[in-house]
Amino acid sequence: MFDKMMLCDEGFENVVENGETTGFSLLARLPYYRGLGLSMIEDITIAIDGEQVKREDVRFSVRGRSWTLDEMETVYDDRWNFGEKAKVTVLRAGGLAQGGHEVEIAVRMRVSYLPFVPTTKTRRELQLAA
Amino acid sequence: MSSDIKRGVSLYSFQHETFQGKMSLEDCFRTCAEMGALGIEIIGEQTFWGWPEASVDEARIEEWHALIKKYGATAVSHDFMLDYKRYKGRPMPFEEQVASVKKDIDFGARLGMKYIRALVSVAPEVLVAAAPYAEEKNIKILIEVHAPLHFDHPWIIRHAEAFEKSGSDALGFLPDMGMFLFKFPPVWKERFIRNGVPRNIADYIEKAYEDRVLSEYVILNVREMGGEGPASGMAETLRHNAAFEPKRMLDYMHRIHNVHGKFYQMDENLVEPSIPYDEIVRVLKQGGYKGYICSEYEGNRWIEDAHEVDSVEQVRRQQEMLRGLLGEPNPAALAA
Repeated sequence: MFDKMMLCDEGFENVVENGETTGFSLLARLPYYRGLGLSMIEDITIAIDGEQVKREDVRFSVRGRSWTLDEMETVYDDRWNFGEKAKVTVLRAGGLAQGGHEVEIAVRMRVSYLPFVPTTKTRRELQLAA
Repeated sequence: MSSDIKRGVSLYSFQHETFQGKMSLEDCFRTCAEMGALGIEIIGEQTFWGWPEASVDEARIEEWHALIKKYGATAVSHDFMLDYKRYKGRPMPFEEQVASVKKDIDFGARLGMKYIRALVSVAPEVLVAAAPYAEEKNIKILIEVHAPLHFDHPWIIRHAEAFEKSGSDALGFLPDMGMFLFKFPPVWKERFIRNGVPRNIADYIEKAYEDRVLSEYVILNVREMGGEGPASGMAETLRHNAAFEPKRMLDYMHRIHNVHGKFYQMDENLVEPSIPYDEIVRVLKQGGYKGYICSEYEGNRWIEDAHEVDSVEQVRRQQEMLRGLLGEPNPAALAA
């Protein structure tokens, strides 16, 4: 559910730190009718223009706190809330070129009551904010 | 003649709108009040960011109480989740599960709820252990009997036996009307066709469902018809759904305190084509049910790929249907 709404049109931009472009980030929502404690987010995968991003290059942030995906596995005191826009950052020296990029995101979550581990994904072209 | 059954709404119904921030909590309350559905049920962590792992904004709780008062609503149920798979690779220990349920009892009490809802996969021992605390807080813990489970399933019977043995009135059931799925929902069929199921296979599955053919046979037949991928997925839904009998609720009426009015679509004639609400309401009346039927719209996920979702209109139609079935006077007719 909410597949298409996982990716937000706004907030897709390069990350610049101390004048250096270190990666890019986008805003994403959990495709679920509730939120989830961060330890139950098993994976967030990103592909950009068909190229898969490495798990260790992904950072997840909500409300000013930030984690690697491995760190998130043992975070028991914070959540990706229902409908909340999280910032997903990809470390990538030089960032992305201006213009449109095909972005794919997939989220795998561990849901207590389900007899399987669902992955939801979506893909579309986003315009990098100038 | 009107009955003692009351109408409510689970705000789950408006998830498509609230997810996107298109409806505020007050919009939800106002919408329900306009429909005369004054019982409000929530999934605690959907409505209150932070719950249960982090803290909940006190102002948000104050807003909840102010809205209950302003709209003359009743806080019916806080549906909790109990994530016993919180830790990767190991289940949450028993004592921690019980402590977690107690936290949800406190949260329910803080919101002025009568009930808290446990998911059907929670073990009876956990609920029995939390029951004395629930009694203390004047809360009942209701396990949601939800398809593919049903009132004759051994897992539910284990719950029923454990509840009786405990002697506690704080334990009960919350049946989800989706377990009485008499026909294959048209919105499911259309979605599977859009996902690539050949129409002849979709027609076959729909007919086989209506004929009550055992799901395993249907799955095999679909495979032999050349069905794969989405066609297998459509056939597999028969393993998770069935047309159980509403009258099976009658044995458990003394423990049924809330009802999920699950529905997938309401047509313009105020009919849910796959769930027999006329029979359901007849059984609930026969059983002397006095609680709420809370609308639970779950059609959005089946149509959002191709259609505009209008949860408010869908809930309005179901509430109109319930008003009629419950024999409530029509306000428009009274005004005339």
